[in-house]
Amino acid sequence: MKYILMMNTMRAGHGVPAWPQKDLQSHIAFMMGLNKELRESGELVSAEGLSFPDQAKLVRAGKDGAPVTDGVFPESKEFLAGYWIVDVDSPERAYVIAAKASAAPGPGGAPLNMPIEVRPIMSGPPPEML
Amino acid sequence: MTKPWDKTSEHLLRDLAPQVLSAVARRFRDFSAAEDAVQEAMIAAFTQWPEEGVPDNPRGWLIQVASRRMTDQIRSEIARRERETAVAAEGKSLPPTLDIEADMDPDDTLILLFMCCHPALTPSSAIALTLRAVGGLTTAEIANAFLVPEATMAQRISRAKQTIKGSGVPFRLPSPHERTEHLPAVLHVLYLIFSEGYASSIGSHLQRLDLAREAIRLTRNTKTLLADNPEVAGLLALMLLTDARRAARTGPNEELIPLDKQDRTLWDRAEISEGIALLTAALSKASVGLYQLQAAIAAVHDEAERVEDTEWPQILALYELMKRVAPSPMVTLNHAIAAAMVHGPAKGLELLRALDKDPRIASHYRLDAVRAHLFEKMGDHEAAIKHYRIAAARTTSLPERNYLITQAARLAGA
Repeated sequence: MKYILMMNTMRAGHGVPAWPQKDLQSHIAFMMGLNKELRESGELVSAEGLSFPDQAKLVRAGKDGAPVTDGVFPESKEFLAGYWIVDVDSPERAYVIAAKASAAPGPGGAPLNMPIEVRPIMSGPPPEML
Repeated sequence: MTKPWDKTSEHLLRDLAPQVLSAVARRFRDFSAAEDAVQEAMIAAFTQWPEEGVPDNPRGWLIQVASRRMTDQIRSEIARRERETAVAAEGKSLPPTLDIEADMDPDDTLILLFMCCHPALTPSSAIALTLRAVGGLTTAEIANAFLVPEATMAQRISRAKQTIKGSGVPFRLPSPHERTEHLPAVLHVLYLIFSEGYASSIGSHLQRLDLAREAIRLTRNTKTLLADNPEVAGLLALMLLTDARRAARTGPNEELIPLDKQDRTLWDRAEISEGIALLTAALSKASVGLYQLQAAIAAVHDEAERVEDTEWPQILALYELMKRVAPSPMVTLNHAIAAAMVHGPAKGLELLRALDKDPRIASHYRLDAVRAHLFEKMGDHEAAIKHYRIAAARTTSLPERNYLITQAARLAGA
């Protein structure tokens, strides 16, 4: 079963964390290591990091269907910073991976314990329906 | 000397894979490396044979190519060790490959099947390894069927082989006792391949490998190897009797059509007859297992020319038997549906109440979906809408959710 693990952390205007270089490096190394680990366990479907919110636009269709773009409002509380899609044998395993990502090191190397939203990805029909 | 490549060649090639793998693994005494080498030989065959024709002795060809890969690998391994230790190889000789073709065992495919479906493996690794080592599929095809990257699937297979190595499963036919003990795991893996294929064939995945057909092919081969086992026959019958409805179960927009709304003239009569014949033969033997019972229920549905001809009392009796042979909350749920069809929806709703306290199913969408359906039959549309919506929020199946929200909307708009 596939799950998406969403890291909702960055706030508009606070995109680039002003951490000491050493802490940033260990954070980045941790994330790369996590991806490698998931690839090697045969569970990683995809992992993407998203741009900082400064690059985000809200788009709606105008009267003629043409895109009308708007900047992202600074009062927006949360932004999707990145996500993993994993294919695992149980929901519990998805939670274990999410907890690992949540504990990524932050300033001073302390775990961030950031919230990771875990949701099942919709699948085909279950056998009992067929 | 070759034969032209045609439609049957692909099947031939895939059926040869486990025989070739067993021969190479036995000779070189390294299952994991042999499995990689055979995969390379299979890919070479898939590239060369369609253009150059199928060799006269296809099995010999594959064994030769795979053995050459093994030999190359061993040579480079020896060379690496020599470089590292600067010590001459201790007379390590390469296994001869000339008479390898004679080294066959009729049970080879069975040995592999039990190995790949070993209970030490998680279902997803057992499925992947079985499809590659026994099914002769390429990693790319398996990855594509499960919609994961090829590198991820390759890792899954390689870890599965490490697990087998780590748990010391020997390369030989399990004892009759081990076979009895491990057969359910083997059948479960085959069943999972089938149901995955069945679920994923819905939607616009036309380029994907047909896992349901692969599962039928593998189960058919397993049945010839374990001809006396009624549960293997029961599983094959279940697959055929379910697959027979394939053409009728989706509408023009790929929407799901439930059993009671299907155009039964689209059902595959040949598959139904084959399934019923298999089942009849299996049921005449002593033990009745879960797959035979499921197949028997599928057969009752398949035998009804119109939905109103369905012999629900027979289905109810089969579920009652199933509750005794293999009780589970899902069986109780299906038993309640059958009871509702025989004795009316109130009876079904009454039986469902027993499941509310069962944590394994109390918050499962199926319970609400069935309840919604029965409330609708009772004429209680308000309760039906409520349960259709709860079920829609709980399911993780997209076609099912579409179906459930549409049911709620239909009643709300009525």
